[in-house]
Parts: sequence; C-alpha cells; structure tokens
Amino acid sequence: MKYVDEYRDGDTAKHYLAAIKAITTRPWTIMEVCGGQTHAIVRFGIADLLPPAINLVHGPGCPVCVTPLEMIDKAIAISSQPNVIFCSFGDMLRVPGSTQDLQSIRAQGGDVRCVYSPLDCLQIARDNPEKQVVFFAIGFETTAPGNAMLVYRAAEEALNNLSVLVSHVLVPPAIATIMSSSTSSSPSSSTSSSQTPSSQNSSSQAKVHGFLAAGHVCAIMGTQEYIPLAQHHQIPIVITGFEPLDILQGLYMCIKQLESGRCEVENQYVRVVTEQGNLSARELMTRVFRVTSRQWRGIGDIPQSGLSLAHQYASFDAEQRFDIADADIIVKEPPECISGLILQGLKKPKQCTAFGKTCTPERPLGATMVSGEGACAAYYKYTG
Amino acid sequence: MSKATFDKTDAKVSANTVSPSKLSPNTVSPSKLSPNIKLNYPLPLTDHPNVLMAHGSGGRMTAQLIDSLFRTAFDNPDLDTLHDGARLTLPTQRIVMTTDSFVVHPLFFPGGDIGCLAVNGTVNDLAMCGARPLYLSVGFIIEEGLAMDTLWQIVQSMRNAADKANVRIVTGDTKVVERGHGDGLYINTTGIGVLEHQQVIGPAQVRSGDSVLLFGDIGRHGMAVMAQRENLRFNSTLESDCAPLAEVVLALLNAGIDIHCLRDATRGGLAAVLNEIAVASGLQIDCEEAAITVNHDVRSACEILGFDPLHVANEGCFVAMINPADQQKALSIMQQHNPIATIIGSVQETSVQLTSVQQATSAIVTLRTSIGGQRILDLPTGELLPRIC
Amino acid sequence: MCLAIPGKILSISGDRPVEQTGIIQFGSITKEASIALVPDATIGDYVLVHAGIAISIVQTEEAKRLFDFLDEIGDEIDNLELED
Repeated sequence: MKYVDEYRDGDTAKHYLAAIKAITTRPWTIMEVCGGQTHAIVRFGIADLLPPAINLVHGPGCPVCVTPLEMIDKAIAISSQPNVIFCSFGDMLRVPGSTQDLQSIRAQGGDVRCVYSPLDCLQIARDNPEKQVVFFAIGFETTAPGNAMLVYRAAEEALNNLSVLVSHVLVPPAIATIMSSSTSSSPSSSTSSSQTPSSQNSSSQAKVHGFLAAGHVCAIMGTQEYIPLAQHHQIPIVITGFEPLDILQGLYMCIKQLESGRCEVENQYVRVVTEQGNLSARELMTRVFRVTSRQWRGIGDIPQSGLSLAHQYASFDAEQRFDIADADIIVKEPPECISGLILQGLKKPKQCTAFGKTCTPERPLGATMVSGEGACAAYYKYTG
Repeated sequence: MSKATFDKTDAKVSANTVSPSKLSPNTVSPSKLSPNIKLNYPLPLTDHPNVLMAHGSGGRMTAQLIDSLFRTAFDNPDLDTLHDGARLTLPTQRIVMTTDSFVVHPLFFPGGDIGCLAVNGTVNDLAMCGARPLYLSVGFIIEEGLAMDTLWQIVQSMRNAADKANVRIVTGDTKVVERGHGDGLYINTTGIGVLEHQQVIGPAQVRSGDSVLLFGDIGRHGMAVMAQRENLRFNSTLESDCAPLAEVVLALLNAGIDIHCLRDATRGGLAAVLNEIAVASGLQIDCEEAAITVNHDVRSACEILGFDPLHVANEGCFVAMINPADQQKALSIMQQHNPIATIIGSVQETSVQLTSVQQATSAIVTLRTSIGGQRILDLPTGELLPRIC
Repeated sequence: MCLAIPGKILSISGDRPVEQTGIIQFGSITKEASIALVPDATIGDYVLVHAGIAISIVQTEEAKRLFDFLDEIGDEIDNLELED
C-alpha cells in the first residue's frame, strides 16, 4: 500500500534507531499523545528497540479512554429507549459504563449499530423515519469535522429524527494540563527559548520532557496551537505520523531538541500536516460546534477542552432531545484506580495495586484499561 | 410412520399458510452464487416456495421436505435405510468424533455459503486430530419463511463439499422455528473419522524446539464475509478460503512426518490458535511476522477498518507443530498442496518476562515485527469491530 | 486515535460540494468516501481517509522527506555499527 508500506521498512528503521542511539546521552521521558501512536509503538515493538535511557509514556490521546462514565451512562440510557437506533463507532461499544456497556444493550434487544462513518447515520435516519437515530459523536479534532458534517447535512435535509450525543475533546488543553501537573517545580517562568529543560524530577516520577503530538489531529488543526504550549512549558513538541518510521523520526527530532536544549514545535509528518491545517474542516467545525469545558475521565474537568453543538444546531443535541442533559448521573471511579496519574504520565500501570488483578481489559476499572490503546491495556498485552 | 433418518418434531403447526416474505435483508440471492452449484429445483414443493412451520411438524410435509431435498442431494446407501440413525461399520476402533454449529450471516458469501462451511468445518476438525473423515450428520434449524430455493442451493453445496472431502452425510435432523427466531438457517454437523496411524496429535505433544508451519494465507474468510456487511461494504474480489484440509494432513501422516499438533485457525484467527496451543502446552511460541502470508485485499481492508489480520477468521488454513527434523519434508508436502505454505516460527521454553496474568496462564506468543521489534500477540478481545482510534 | 489511511482517488461524484464523494483505492480494494473536506483534491490524488471522510491530501513531494532526512543526519550514524 502506497504511503504505508515504505514507512514500515526494516532497514530504514535500523538506521533511525542507530541515529537515536548516537545522539542520546541522558535519560529522557517522552509522551506520545495519541492512541494511534501508542498502537504503532506496541504493534511494532518500538519501545524495546530504543536505548534504555529513553522512556516512553502513553498519554491521554484516546477519546475512548477519556470519555467520562457519565457520558457512557447517558448513551446507555438513550439506547435503552424504545424506537431508538443508537449508532456508534466500534471503539465505544465495549466501553463499560457504571453497570453495563452498549453491547449489553444490544443483547437486551436495543437497536445498537456499529457504523464505520458518521455519514452512514444519514441513510439510517432516512430509512427509519419513525425512529430516533442517535449518533455517539466522540473523538478528537480528527473526527470532529466528519461529525460536524453529519449534523450540517442533517440540518440541511431537515432530518429531524436524527440527533448526536456529543463528547468531543481537544488535545492542546490536555497537554497543558499534563504539563502543569508534571512540572510544578520546573523553571517555567523563564522566557528564554533555549533553556535546557529541567531534569531535577526525572529520578522520581515520570516527568515528561517532550511530546510527540498527534499528526492526524494536526492535519485538521495545523501546527500553530502548539507553539504557545512549547514556549510556556519549555518543552519540545514534534508532530508525528503513525507508521513506525514516523514515530522513529519523530523521536529522533524530539531527542535532538532535548539534547541541544531547544523547545520548539517541529513537524515530522510533512506529507500530511501543514501549518494551517484543513481550512474547510476547521470552518465546518466552527460552524457546527462551540468550545466548552469537558470532563476527562481520570483527569477531571479541563476548561475549554471540548466541543458541544453550537446554538443554531442545539435541536440536534441528543441530551436535550432525550432530556438527560441535567441527569443526575454522578459516577465515582473505584478508589484503587490511578488512571488519572497514568494518563498524565506520573505513574506506570505496574504501580497500580489493581493492575492485572481486579482490573483487566475484560473488567476494566478505569480509563486507561478500557481501550486497547490505553496505557494499562497496552501494558497488559505487551509486557514492556 | 418412521420416515428417513431425519427426526420429526412436535413443532407448532401454523394454521394458515404463510405467504413468502423477505427474510434477512442480508441474504444474498442465489443468482450471486458460485457457478459450481447446479440449479436443479426439486419437484413436488412448488406450492410452497418457502419453508413453513408445517415442514417441521413430523407429518406429510416433513416427509416431502426430506425426500425432495435432503435425500435427493445427499443420496447414499446409508441414508436410504430410512431409520432414526445410521448403522456404520468402521475400519478401526480408534475413532475421532467432533461437532460444530454454523450460524454465519449472510448465508451466502463470496467463495462459499453456510452449507459448504458446515461440511468443511467439521471435516477439518477431524483432520486436525489426525483422522481420516468418513461420516457426517447434519442438523438443520430452519427459520419459517426461508425460501425453498435458498435451502436447495445450500443443500447442493453441502453435497459438493462432501464429495470433495470424501465424506458421506448419513443421518440428520430438521427443525423449523418461527419467523424472527432463526436468522434464516443454522446448521450443526457432527463428524466421525478414523485414526489410521499410531501418532497422538494434540497440544500436550508440543515440545520445545518444534517448528511451526502455516498452511495457507490468513484472513480471507473473515474479510470476505465482512465485505458483505451493510455498514462496512468495500469492493474487492476477495473470496473465503473455505476448503477441506484432510488431504494434506493425510499426506503428511502417510509420509511419516512426526506431527505434534495441528489446529485450524477459525474464529479468532491465527492469534487465537497460537495462544490456545501456548496455554495448553505451557510453552512459548515465537513467530516471524514477515513469514505470515496475508492476501493483499485482506491487508488493505484490515488497514482501513483497523483490524489485525491475525485476529480474522479463516476456513482453509491451519498451523502444524512438527518435529524440527521433519520440517523441510513437511514443508515440501504442504507446498505441493498450497505453494504459500511456510515455516513461521518455533516453540521455545518460556523466556519473555511475563506479566502476572501471563504467568498464571504460562501462555506467550511473540511476533518479530517488520522493524525487528518484538510484539506479544494476545488473544483478540472479542467481536471484530472497526475502530477510529 | 485517528486511524486514517491514504488512498488514491479513482473517480469523483456528487452534485453539491458537501455531497462530493470519491471511489478511493486503498491497496487492492476500493471504498467510497466523502471528499467534501478536501475540495482541492482531484482524480489521481492521494487522500487520507478517517472514518469514511477524507481529511487531508497527501503531499507526494514531501513523502520522501523522511528518507532524505536520514542522508542529512548521516554523519552521526556513519561511525556506528548497525545492530542486527
């Protein structure tokens, strides 16, 4: 497959690994933000090929992991109602809410359907005028434009039996939160852009020194949002693609910055990501969505970190239509779950008392075990 | 009167004739079938183009169904005894028996249908035990309203598959369930085969040092079925690899190959069978990803839907754990039947540092990736669902 | 997140911009996807498709950069023995 296979070449990988080894002189902790990057790292076994000084930490870049329990429970409440066709990406069907998951609802007779594309819901709504078709609109900025297009076209067509349950999240605020919690004693007040990142905490918890940002998120949003983050937190951010060579080149670029004391935004994924991103997609997102605060499972409320429907599309909001917006669904995470600390790179899964015992992929307690890309699920399957 | 070897049932008889109606929208019409199936619509049932509850009632209509369809298609002396069971004489006392049920949807898919699947699936289970498959029973659970023509296509397909696999369908059963309770058709087949050698074949026989051979390429059946799903439709020429495997297994046995274990990679794909064998034998299986052949269409489809080909079902593909001294000879025999048979790995004592869970099961399967990294190949978690993440 | 795969546009249809779709070739299979968000894409272009929607055009002239980069940093790896 063109533009896929060549980025999985073993010989080129060896050269990049040698280059990384050549330039690494100190321990560095690098967080990859996106579940797709985590997937590539574990699938190709990249972590073990790196020099021992390089510590990779899996970040919160999995919308499945970070969808709050309350939102899953709302999805279950809606899908349990008669005359509802509840449509979702496959990722969400296995995520447990406080008592059950969407697959169980299907087993109990609910019409829960897996869709490949949000636009599939348009035809389902046309074909079932007497039913309410609800789409679970989750995802990062990559998925938001497609979900926006669904709402836009539904409005155009006056498909009034269609609505969306929105739980979109944005990446930059999450990076800022992670950086704020892991650099509480870092010299972030300095304005020098060439300051060497502090390593004073690296011997205790996994302080993050650099980020690999999500290439497909940036394909939509461009690269500009990350510049203030890099400057404020004095941290290199390299935007990468998702094939193993992309990850390796991205790691090289990040380590190179760390070793030379630079804190810049660099674009490794130049074949896809441009500085301004996809303007058509961004325009549609701005039209259909507005920025709001969002609950991130395991982290908590992050201001201005999510998307909700813009006012002119409020009639397509499933929470309003099914009157569960203010539903008194308060869910407490199990006390032994430390997924919040893991999502922020402060602890490793093995440090959790529940890991592999009371918490497994089949019976996950928290966000990071819920999805295959979550840090705990990845650790569970692929011993480090 | 006792009629045929197909049991009658006390299923509810509908008072009114049910008019033909569409079943599942995913049932492909017979016109899209493989050209190998001869269309030869049986006689006296033209008044009933669809299966009715009455066909499962044990009376005249049941008898007509059995005579017109099943006995015509499966025609053989054992079936003609017209009794509740088939009396068989087996050439040896070392027999293998297996059973399997088939609920595939849609009923027809590129490269096959539920009928040939039901025959080959059970034939292959017998072969994986090292047996020569001889006889099958077949149990039909038919949803009221299934087109008689559809049933006839499937039954013909079963006969074709049985002939190709050198087995006879000697007894069976028919039930009809009310519309809405059956997904069109479910089939159970039970098979009997004989062991014509003294080898014991199974996971307990696997030893450290064994070579792991793979017969076939992976993922074709699962993705061929997936391509028909309404919500995931993609365009390809992909066909299921549904095929009998007994011939190649018997060739290996006849050549004296020291076979320790055989397993066909059906549900859960290659990942599932390797993990099952690792758990059962308590050993580590190390494989080379580059050695595993993946059809180009399978790979492309898996990439866009987010599937791992190692988790996708197959119906004509198996792994063999062989004494390493015989690996080249075994490979040569396999390649005579399928040129893409390969050696994909070996069995070792467990060496990878295990998580606490893996220690409990002592099961570990590793894969060396295209960039030289090591991946631990885990069991698939459940139903294959396309992902965006 | 963000599973997205590059594919080649074989044909385009759709009356209005927001309804524009393309038959996209991914390896050896084809599947239809929306190309409404890549209005500059034409037949023959490679686009990145996520959840049935093209989100970016692949800049083919940039595709080799990853490999050219290795030459640029060549001095640093020339003196090393490559691991097996």
